[in-house]
Amino acid sequence: MTITRHLDDATLMSFAAGSLPGALAAVAAAHVAMCTRCRGEVAIFERVGAALFAELPAAALHRSYPAAPEPSDAPSASRPGALREVSPPLGRLLREGLDAVRWRWIAPGLWQHNLPMAGTGSLHLIKGSPWVSVPDHGHAGSELTLVLRGALLDSTGRYGPGDVADLDDDVEHAPAADAGGCICIVANEHPARFRGPLARLLRPWHGM
Amino acid sequence: MADLLRRIAERADPAAFRELYETFGPRVKAYMMRRGADAGTAEDLAQETLLTVWRKAALYAGDKGSMTTWVFTIARNLRIDRLRREVPWQELPEGRLAEASGDPQPDEAMADKERQERVQAALAELPAEQQQVVALAYLEGLSHSEIAARLDMPLGTVKSRMRIAYQKIRSALGGLE
Repeated sequence: MTITRHLDDATLMSFAAGSLPGALAAVAAAHVAMCTRCRGEVAIFERVGAALFAELPAAALHRSYPAAPEPSDAPSASRPGALREVSPPLGRLLREGLDAVRWRWIAPGLWQHNLPMAGTGSLHLIKGSPWVSVPDHGHAGSELTLVLRGALLDSTGRYGPGDVADLDDDVEHAPAADAGGCICIVANEHPARFRGPLARLLRPWHGM
Repeated sequence: MADLLRRIAERADPAAFRELYETFGPRVKAYMMRRGADAGTAEDLAQETLLTVWRKAALYAGDKGSMTTWVFTIARNLRIDRLRREVPWQELPEGRLAEASGDPQPDEAMADKERQERVQAALAELPAEQQQVVALAYLEGLSHSEIAARLDMPLGTVKSRMRIAYQKIRSALGGLE
C-alpha cells in the first residue's frame, strides 16, 4: 500500500514551524510518521525554520551556564516509516487500537468517536459502512482527514490507509466509504458546519 | 559546528557544552520570547533545550544535517510541550532529519553549509508579503487562521503565499519534483 495523497505545503510549513492548531498537528504528525515523501519535505521546512531562527537577534542570558550533565543514551526513537493503522504519534490517543474503540451511532451506517482535545480544534474518529457518505459539509478553517483503515472516496478521488485529505475551507465535500468501509481520523480547526436537512438532525448533539 | 557536536558526543567535553550554550543559548531564548514566554521562562527553556541537545548528542553525531536545524527542532518541540500544555499527540523525534537520511533527498549532494546559505538567500529574496506570512508562522507561532486575522486577508491568500514562498525556496535548493 503506497501513500499517494499528501499534506499541502502550507500545512507542512505550519507543522514544521510548530504553529499548526493541536488537532491538525496530531493528524499531520500521524501522516508524516508514515510518509517518506512528507518527512523529506518537513526536513526542508525545518531548515527554513532554522534559517529564520539563526537570524533572530540574540537575547542576552542572565544566568551562568549550567554544569554539563553526564551524557546518557537517550531512549532510541521509534523509527518512522512503517505503515500501520495507529501511527505512533496517535499511540497515546488510541492505546487499545481501532478494534477497541467505543463507537457512537450518528446516522445509518455512520459512527463517531470523539477524541479528547484540550487544545485548539476538534479530533474524532469516523467509521462508515460501505458506500455510506458523511453529510456534505464545509469548514470554518482547515480540516485534515487521515484514512486509518479501508478507503474513502470523494469528489477529488480515492484515499487509502495513510492518505490524507487536506482541503481548503472553500471546498464542499461529501466523502463516502468505499466497498470495504472506512475508518478515518478527522481534525477540524473549528467544528464543521453541516449543510442540508441531515445537518439540522446531527448538529444539536454531536458537536461536529 | 559539526565538530562541536562530535566533541560533545564522543568526549563529553565540558568546554564543548559551554561553547554550545554560548553559541545557541541567546538565540533559543530569543525564539522562546518571540513565541510568548517571559524572559525568565525563555531562559529556562533555553537551558532545557541545550541540555537535551547535550544528552542526545550521541544519537545524532553521524547526522549530516545542520546542527542549527537540530537545535531549532528541539526548541520548537519543547515550546509546544511547555507553552501549550494541551498537546495530545507525541511529537516526532527531533532526529527526523537524521532518520530520514536514508530517504532520497533531492538536495543530498549539496554540502550542508551551502544548503543553509541557499535557504537564507531564497528567504531574503522573497517579496515582503511572502516573508511576512513565513515569519508569522515560524517566529510568532501563528496558525493560518490567526495569520489571516492578523493581516485581515482570506485564509486562502495566506496559504497560497506560503506555498509560493516554499516553491521558491525549494527550487533554490535545486529540488526536482
